[in-house]
Parts: sequence; C-alpha cells; structure tokens
Amino acid sequence: MTEVAPTGVIGTRMLRREDPALLTGEAKYTNDLSLPGALHLAVLRSPYANANIVSIDVSGALAVPGVVAAYSGADLQSQWAGPMPCAWPVTADMKNPTHYPLAVSKAAYMGDGVACVLATSDVAAHDGLEAINVEYEALPAVIDLEDALSDRVILHPELGTNKSYTWDLKLGEAAVAAALDGGGAKYVVKERYIQQRLIPMAMEPRACASVPQPFGGDITLYSATQIPHILKVMAALTLGIPEQKVRVVAPSVGGGFGSKLNVYAEELLCMALSRKHGVPVRWNEERGENSVATIQGRGQIQDIELGADENGKIIAIRVRILGDMGAYLQLVTPGVPILGAFLYAGVYDLPVAYDFSCTSVFTSMTPTDAYRGAGRPEATYAIERAVDAMAAKIGMDPLAFRKLNFIRKDQFPYTAFSGLTYDSGDHLAAAEKAAGLADYDGVRARQVTQNVEGSTKRLGIGVSSYFEMCGLAPSRVLASLNYSAGGWEAATVRILATNKVQVVTGATPHGQGHETSWSMIVADKLGVAPEDVDVLHSDTATSPLGLDTYGSRSLVVGGVAIDMACDKVIDKARQIAAHQLECSPDDLDFAGGVFSVKGSPDRSTPLAAIAFAAFTAHDLPDGMEPNLEAHVTYDPPNFSWPFGTHMCTVEVDTETGQVEVLGYVAVDDCGNQINPLIVDGQVHGGVIQGLAQALFEEAVYDTDGNLKNGSLAEYLVPAASDVPNITTDHTITPSPTNSLGVKGIGEAGTIGAAPAVINAIVDALSGLGVRDMLMPASPNTVWKTIQAASGGSK
Amino acid sequence: MGVSTVQITVTVNGTAHTSEVEPRTLLVHHIREGLNLTGTNVGCDTSSCGACTIHLDGESVKSCTVLAVQADGAAITTIEGLAQNGEMHAMQKAFMENHGLQCGYCTPGMVMASIGLLNENPNPTEEEVRLGLEGNLCRCTGYHNIVKSVLACAAG
Repeated sequence: MTEVAPTGVIGTRMLRREDPALLTGEAKYTNDLSLPGALHLAVLRSPYANANIVSIDVSGALAVPGVVAAYSGADLQSQWAGPMPCAWPVTADMKNPTHYPLAVSKAAYMGDGVACVLATSDVAAHDGLEAINVEYEALPAVIDLEDALSDRVILHPELGTNKSYTWDLKLGEAAVAAALDGGGAKYVVKERYIQQRLIPMAMEPRACASVPQPFGGDITLYSATQIPHILKVMAALTLGIPEQKVRVVAPSVGGGFGSKLNVYAEELLCMALSRKHGVPVRWNEERGENSVATIQGRGQIQDIELGADENGKIIAIRVRILGDMGAYLQLVTPGVPILGAFLYAGVYDLPVAYDFSCTSVFTSMTPTDAYRGAGRPEATYAIERAVDAMAAKIGMDPLAFRKLNFIRKDQFPYTAFSGLTYDSGDHLAAAEKAAGLADYDGVRARQVTQNVEGSTKRLGIGVSSYFEMCGLAPSRVLASLNYSAGGWEAATVRILATNKVQVVTGATPHGQGHETSWSMIVADKLGVAPEDVDVLHSDTATSPLGLDTYGSRSLVVGGVAIDMACDKVIDKARQIAAHQLECSPDDLDFAGGVFSVKGSPDRSTPLAAIAFAAFTAHDLPDGMEPNLEAHVTYDPPNFSWPFGTHMCTVEVDTETGQVEVLGYVAVDDCGNQINPLIVDGQVHGGVIQGLAQALFEEAVYDTDGNLKNGSLAEYLVPAASDVPNITTDHTITPSPTNSLGVKGIGEAGTIGAAPAVINAIVDALSGLGVRDMLMPASPNTVWKTIQAASGGSK
Repeated sequence: MGVSTVQITVTVNGTAHTSEVEPRTLLVHHIREGLNLTGTNVGCDTSSCGACTIHLDGESVKSCTVLAVQADGAAITTIEGLAQNGEMHAMQKAFMENHGLQCGYCTPGMVMASIGLLNENPNPTEEEVRLGLEGNLCRCTGYHNIVKSVLACAAG
C-alpha cells in the first residue's frame, strides 16, 4: 500500500455535504420529529445512591391533568423478555447484577429509574412524576473504589461481593518479577494515577420515540443513538419481539463520544409502552438527567511500574487497574479497561515482559462505559506519565528518553509483546515534526532563564506519544476477548440506471461527515462526481446490516468495505463492457469512469453506458443478472494503529495555580487521509476533550453518592474562551492491511492530549519539587500541589 | 385541561403568529413546539449551552431565558430565517467553508450568537471572538474552526 496521490477528490479538503441542512435548521434530530398523537414519557429517578424500594404509589400521578398512565418498575416486569444487556462478559465468572429498564426492589445509584409516567405533553408527564409517592429505605453509598473492593458495604447483596471480575494479561510474568522485584532493572518507577469520572456531555441529550403498528406488527424506534444496528438486535432480544419486526432509525445525532453507544432503559420503555398503549411514545432527556442517566466515562485507579536497564531502555511493565463499573454493567462497561490492556507499553519497544491485571468493582454511581477512546486514553495517560517519571529518575530529557525507546520504523510490521501486530509506524518522524512545530528546544532554552528561584510564572512543555489500537475489530480477536459480537462492517454499492450511485453503509455517523467521505471514496473509484453519490445510513430498513460507529472504526472498516464493494461493481461492469466491445475482460482498462481496450483507447465505453445496459438487461452476457450492485461484508484482518506525538506548552502561575496553555501541537498519523479537512476537525475536537479532562472536567460525587455537578453550569465543559488554538500537522504512514491505507482518527486527539497537558504542568513545576498532578488540574489543585511539594514554603 | 393560557403575538422570521401559551412556557418551547420551528435546539436546563440562541428584536438571546409571554409583540429571527432566496447567510457559509460544525447541534445557536457578535463588533480579534462566544458550548469542534469561521465572516 503506497501513499495515495491526490489525483481525484481523495485527499482534498472537500466541504461537507451534511452542512447546509445542519446550518439552516433543516436537519431533524430525534426530538424534532413530528409524531402526532405521541404520548410523552418521563422517568422518576431515585434521589438515593443505594436504597431499597419499600413501596411505590403511582395513583397520584393519574389525577394530574394530561397524565394517561403511570407505572412502577414492578408494574412493567411482564414486558421484558430479558434483562438489560451487557455484550461483553470479559471473564467466565464475571459478576453481572440483573437489572431491568426500571428498578424493581432497589435503586443502585442516584438517577436509577424507579417509575414512569405517560402523558399528553412532556410538561404534564413531569408534573405527573411529582405526584408519585415512593418510600425508600436508604442504605450506605459506595463511592470509593478501594472501599468498594473491601466489601464493607455490598451494593448488590445477591452477588455477595462488589467485585465484578479480574482480567489478566500476563506475558513474561517471571521476566517482569526479575526486573522489577529482583533487581534486574537498574531503574524502577512505581506510580499511581487516577482517571477521574467524566460526563460525556454530547450537546444533544438523548432522545427516543417508538412508533408501533398495532395491526401490522412492526415497530419503529427512532433514537439519538450511535448504534441502530446493535440496538435493533438487543431490543428484539430484550423485548421478545422478532428481530425482523423491529426497525431502528438514528436521525441526525448531536454527538455521541461513546455515550450513545449503548442500549438504554428509555429506548426499551418507549418500545414497550408504545406497544402496550398502541400509540407512539417519545422521551427526551433533560441535561441534568443526562448527567446521571446516560453513561459516564473513565473512573480508574492505575498503578504502573516501569523498569529500565542501565541504558534507559524499558525492559518490564507491570500494571494494576482498579476499574469503576458504576452500579450496573451497561453494553460494554466491563470491556473498557480491557481495550486499554494492550496499550500500556505505548509506542515503546518492550520485550515480552508485561504483567497486566484489572479488577473492576461496582459502586453506587451511574454506570460507566465507553467514552471517547474507551480504555486507550487511560492506558496512554499512564504510560506517558510514567515515561516522564522514568526520564526524570534517570535524569534524561523526556523527549530523548522516548526516542531511545520508540519502536523503530524499520521494525514494522512489529510483533508486540502481546502477540498483536502493529501495522506500520514512524514514531521518530512524528515526534521530530512535533518538536519542530512546538519549538521544543527553544522552550527548553527559555526555561533556563524563566524558571528560576522565585519565579511565579513557570514554563513547561509536555510530550505525549501515542498508539491508538482502532478499526474495531477483527471478529476472531473480539471472540478471544469474549465480546459477544463481531467487528465487521457492511457496504452496498449500487449504480442506478442514470449512472447515479447509491451507497449503503452500516457505519452510523453522528457528526463525522461520513456522507462526504464515503462519496469521495466512491467518486474516485468509479469516476463519477461526488455529488452523484448518495449515501444511505442509520436506518435498519435501508441499511439492514451494520455494526455502527465507535472505536475509530468507520473509515477503517466501513470505508474499506465500500472500496471493496466498488471493486466488485467494477468487475461486473467490466464483463458487460467486454461483452459490448467484444474483447476479453482482461483486455480492458478502467480509468476515469471509462472502460477502454488496452492499446486501443478509441475502443471504449463509459460506465454510464454499462449502467444503463445493466438496467435494461437487453444484452447482457449469458447468465448475468441485471443491474450493477455489489455487497461486501468486510472483517478486518488486524486492528489499525494510528499514532502521533502531541506537545503542549504551558505557563503556570504558582501564586494562583492557574494554568495557561500557550500552545498545543498535534502531529497525528492516521495513514492515508480521505478528507484532511475532516481529519483536522476530528483532531481539534479530540484534543480539546482530552485537554478538558486534564484541566476542567470531573463528575464530583459526595460520600452519599449524590452527583454534585450534573448541570452545565457546574460541570466545566470548556468554552471557546477557555481553550487554545491547536496546531495540527501530520505524517502519513499508510496502513498495509487495508486497501485504502487508512487507520482512523476519531479518538486520537483525546488519547494524546491529557498526558501532554499534565506532563507540561509537571514539567513547569518540577523545579518546585512537584512530581505529579491530579486531574483536573484546576487552579485549586495546582496551588495545593505546589504547597504540598514545597512544604508550604514556596 | 384547566390550565390558564395567555394570548401572545410574535413575528418570527417575518411572519406574525398569534397563539395561546401557558404563562410558564419558555420562548424556546413555544418556538419549537408551538410554531414547529425545530432548528433552535435545547442542550441544557441552566441557560449554559446557548444551543437555543435566537435574535429577539435584533439582539442575540438564549431563548430558554425568556418566557414566551415576555416576547409578546417582539420580532424574532431563528436559524430558519437566515437564508434568503435560497442563499445561506454569510455566517452560515463561513461555518461551512471553515468546517465550523460537526454534529451540528450547537450550530444554530452558535451561528446566531456569532452574527450577534459581529453586529456589535464587526472586526473582532480572535480573543474577542472567543470571549464573545463563551456562552455557547460545542463538544465536537474544540472551537478552533468556529473561531476561524467567525473571523473569516468578519473579514468578508
């Protein structure tokens, strides 16, 4: 696979076809849909983090004007054919508390749904909630992960423990012990990092609406979801509806970041209640509700040990993770730390000396699940912070230490300690490009004069080099990780009679611009104009097969499927062209949308003529089916491995603890780029989400399990005035494992950013004895850390 | 249903609408549900996100901070009213040309706030744009290209 030269539209900064509808208010999000006669659902949520439900009396709600029905969890138990689904039982003995769309006997977190109301308006439904009487027996909350592991208070008594599972990846355990415990490593660092809980806060809260056909037997669910295809399967199983009767549609979706990669109680409630009442039922989430009723992200305590030899080469890594599952296991909750398990060696050339173990516990807080990066930002944070700690211990410059330990370009394809093969990479090139753009040497020189005794404005630069394991995923690898589904993606390419093209994709966009990118792939491949390519998606009626969008997989799996489907269509068209031109198919070239006989370019026929001939079917080769259409389901042979180096420059005010980001450089390598405009946009957004974890965001719970900052007035999603411009650049190292040479870019920014920012802050304050910094590095935290490091005598 | 209502008239995108609304109805809900103009979005319940920003008598306002009854007699422009004769407004074009949007949910409010910003300050610096948009949250773009869009629109 060689680098694609931008001869066609691939590689150009084509503007997005999605934008006019979004910019004019024409686009319809789920809550914009007009559904005459729909009843509105509202959910009553537990104010307690852990409580037995003694009694629920919904009768008061029925007296509220506009209320049609009200139900407790017990009232609806007969609706469910199965419990809420978890698709990733990571171990055979994993503990998974059974739970249903509404809690029946106990509430396990603040926000757990216990009852619901149907009314003729959203306002009336919420009025109805206030008239429901619930008697709770409050129980102690379990908030702290180590406290949870102690089983002092057991959240789900039927499990007998708060521990859900322990999952190990131990490869060369004896070598690790020899290096870290037996004195084999000259240098050892042992660090603890905390991944705080984060609230994804997609700007569109969730919404869903179910439209039944009581006599036809079908049911359509509209939902602000990333995963209509997976949701269709899960809804059918959970509700006991034959799968072929279920249609799921994701209208315009206002961001997801993993938070809409789930099967949620409200989706199932809308479906069940719309069947029960025979009318459409809709629900839209309020922001405060979103903070507790939609999954949260991160939530890990990470203990990492690195050993290095006398030359500064990393020779062993040991990792212990304590993971916060929250109150229940949602769709892929237990798998999130496992996705990171392969990445704690980062971009470094590690011998087979890796000892990873993750134990995950239940806590009485909102369930966690995949949030942008899902396990991989956590892993990258730990290794990139630990690498800085090791460089400091040895007395090396952190960039020089990285360069010493990088997997070299000539080692690719590289078989890692884990047995996984890293497809391609050039870490040194990315790091050197970033160092140039960030003026790494210049900043180091300025530090000498700026960070002097008594200086209150300390300059720091932080480096983060990352690998992203993405393009989820080879189905056989997923099987080995006990994931309950595959990792393929489906595509259909259909050339219509007039040489216009329909592409059907199983990838489900929610802001990524798939329609634009997919049309570019097809345009170059078939020699048609991009505007002649229509992309159908996000509706299981038109796109029945797919595994949707998450894990930076859409282009690497879904886009490659489209590329392959184009090849199949061209193969068929070639046979028709050969029939018309009376030559062998092998004698035909196809370029620019025209078949021509090799050596006789005047003997040619355009694809448009073939398309029409395939449509009329008047004169096709014997036995050939009419129409030009091809379907491909592509199961990737490997993950893809995007990489890069980010550098952040900060100035820290030691008197106020304020961190000012002076510059941020992101050099990312996602292989070949279909649309660099979109690639840069993904990096910008991802970097700011990672920077927000480093500086601003944390879901704060009190000891009673109350979320203290569930509104956007209190949870610090950064505004434009809080964040810097970002310098983006790229190296291009095509992936050799797929036909487009692409790697994926959706999560890279988030993965690279948090360690770059914290490394910069620690670097700035290292002269004051600061060795680590908790996230978020708020002014208060930074100031207190400085005080503690300098004994209050700064 | 026994709920008292108040009659109001608002002129939205040039068309007068007379409606009965509950006194507690927020203007954003009246626009979305009463007038079926769903381009104006709701992203929070604390007037923090700015997704519902409209122009009320020429000024950009978060329409969740105004009761519908307070808008009686007012002239309102929503995102649906910006394009003229099939041509997008210069700010809408600038957002498209600079990739100032991804999922699009904050976009109507962001565009309305940006137009309001340039009405008050036709030639802002980058810092003035960032400060001027601090009441509008975006989770996708990291603001980089939003700021670029507004500056490009100002530069004409």
